Amino acid sequence: MTETRIDRRFAALKAEGRPALVTFMTAGDPDPATTLALLKALPGAGADVIELGMPFSDPMADGPAIQAAGLRALKGGQTLVKTLDLVREFRQFDDATPIVLMGYYNPIYSHGSEAFVAEAKAAGVDGLIIVDLPPEADDELCIPALEAGLNFIRLATPTTDDKRLPAVLENTSGFVYYVSINGITGSAAPDASRVAESVARIKRHTHLPVAVGFGVRTAEQAAAIGANADGVVVGSAIVSAIAASLDSEGRATAATIPAVLALVSELSGGVRASRKSVAA
Amino acid sequence: MTVAVEPNSFKTGPDERGYFGIYGGRFVAETLMPLILELQQAYDDAKADPAFKAELQALSTYYAGRPSKLYFAEGLTNHLGGARIFFKREDLNHTGSHKINNCLGQILLAKRMGKTRIIAETGAGQHGVASATVSARFGLPCVVYMGATDVERQAPNVFRMKLLGATVNPVTAGNGTLKDAMNEALRDWVSNVEDTYYLIGTAAGPHPYPEMVRDFQSVIGIEARAQMLEQEGRLPDMIIAAVGGGSNAIGLFHPFLDDKDVEIVGVEAGGHGIAVENGHAASMTGGRPGVLHGNRTYLLQDADGQILEGHSVSAGLDYPGVGPEHSWLRDTGRVQYVPIVDQEAIDAFQVCTRVEGIIPALESAHAIAQAIRVAPSMAKDKIIVINLSGRGDKDVHTVGKLLGMDI
Repeated sequence: MTETRIDRRFAALKAEGRPALVTFMTAGDPDPATTLALLKALPGAGADVIELGMPFSDPMADGPAIQAAGLRALKGGQTLVKTLDLVREFRQFDDATPIVLMGYYNPIYSHGSEAFVAEAKAAGVDGLIIVDLPPEADDELCIPALEAGLNFIRLATPTTDDKRLPAVLENTSGFVYYVSINGITGSAAPDASRVAESVARIKRHTHLPVAVGFGVRTAEQAAAIGANADGVVVGSAIVSAIAASLDSEGRATAATIPAVLALVSELSGGVRASRKSVAA
Repeated sequence: MTVAVEPNSFKTGPDERGYFGIYGGRFVAETLMPLILELQQAYDDAKADPAFKAELQALSTYYAGRPSKLYFAEGLTNHLGGARIFFKREDLNHTGSHKINNCLGQILLAKRMGKTRIIAETGAGQHGVASATVSARFGLPCVVYMGATDVERQAPNVFRMKLLGATVNPVTAGNGTLKDAMNEALRDWVSNVEDTYYLIGTAAGPHPYPEMVRDFQSVIGIEARAQMLEQEGRLPDMIIAAVGGGSNAIGLFHPFLDDKDVEIVGVEAGGHGIAVENGHAASMTGGRPGVLHGNRTYLLQDADGQILEGHSVSAGLDYPGVGPEHSWLRDTGRVQYVPIVDQEAIDAFQVCTRVEGIIPALESAHAIAQAIRVAPSMAKDKIIVINLSGRGDKDVHTVGKLLGMDI
């Protein structure tokens, strides 16, 4: 397939000698205007790749923070189509920062896989992470997505052993998302040295960049994980910062955007320092 | 949906990837995928092991009290004045419902796999009680996830689980009903992959659960078929069961699927009525295919593919999906699925109690209500078998409230 913004971004960062900061937030949390404002400001604050969550009523792999974010978005009327609209608007301002949509399969299945990948590509989406579609179900969405020119980013986990890794990696493109713990999003922080071993194990099977997520909350953790990974994903911490900034009715306040950008700047500092800390 | 070409046998599914037609499959996060493949292997090995079968057989007989009786419901038959009605008495099993059949099979499998911790989800609490029971029997710690709403409306079962030594975790996410409990159980499993066995209570979820639960529940239909032949010298004309996730129904139906002259009817929870948006739990009558909890099946969902909560007076039927084999049987036309609304189920609950002296579970009352609809216009030599899947002691409080009684 042709090169995507994701491929270009990871290649550029490799040349720069640092890992990517991959940020996650839920589309429409707590409203589409806030999401759009954050999308526009995140690259400036240091986000290299943006994961945008597509809210789902039953997020089985997510912890309380991202579950709550999804419910706030759904309560505000967020839909799959509105999420694609947000990406389309963002692309008027930024044509370089990769956007990865992350979510669960049913809203896409309900919309129709073929129609969805075509609309997502046209809107300016670069990749998809669909939690409940293992390689055994590649014909559902992965193959149509690849044919439409979208990266299909697979999750690899501690339970994915060497025997299974090739199957998981086969149709993966863009990058591999290593889930650093057996658990749900926002769980306890992973142990950096064990993560390094796991990243090395995955890299023996693929040339794709490996980004690590689940449980990374602070700049220090980002630096430690980033020392041995091509990317560090932060989700629950960002979503929690949004939640903490809302008023008692759950609406965005003047503090919402600055709070998120401050956290992302800090995380970005951690990621940028990661290789230096190894050298030191 | 288009009706598929009629297969030679309706009993060959699922295929090796876990599909019944387009339904079923393994739609789970990568963390769980290796576990599900391991479970598949363990189940295949167990099925082929005579010792496993013998142990399950002995427990079914001496612990659960099988075979359950096939009872001629003379009172209800006379009351309705048409077809002769038989009850398959799963309410007489240990723990009071069909759920024990599946739990005994799965606890033996968990033991075989060396798992040391059991988790389960429950709606009405019947499966939670059965899980807590077998965990107590085999000395394993058990955590039951139960929606906070259900914890409130099924308080006696919550107490039973606690007495049996289980930890009951109320789930407040969503509306606090069965689907939310299942989400939380899946989150627990993904966080405790090494030692934990997820004992799913219905014939749904990722492959191999729908097949495995069906196999363990098929004892209902195997017995009923043999008992009918022995007692009446022929097969029934119609068999009826209530369908939530659909484990008692598939257990009764499966052994009869290739008996072409036996009409098979599954009864969904019509709640406040099919026309009431989000007011029922009839996924096959009022939903469309989607993917949830590891399988593709009929689901209650909105235009955006968000899952609806559904409603039923019966906590055991209050689930927005259904086992994938039922979805396939619906599309092929082999089984007819019909909704029964809350009021009809409550009426049937009262009729059965008064003319038979048997208090049925509200779930089973839905099946009885369908018989009340059709039996009077059937000839007196026709035979209907109803799966009386559970006893109704747990529901007297709910029914009492609805009838305005102070209990």
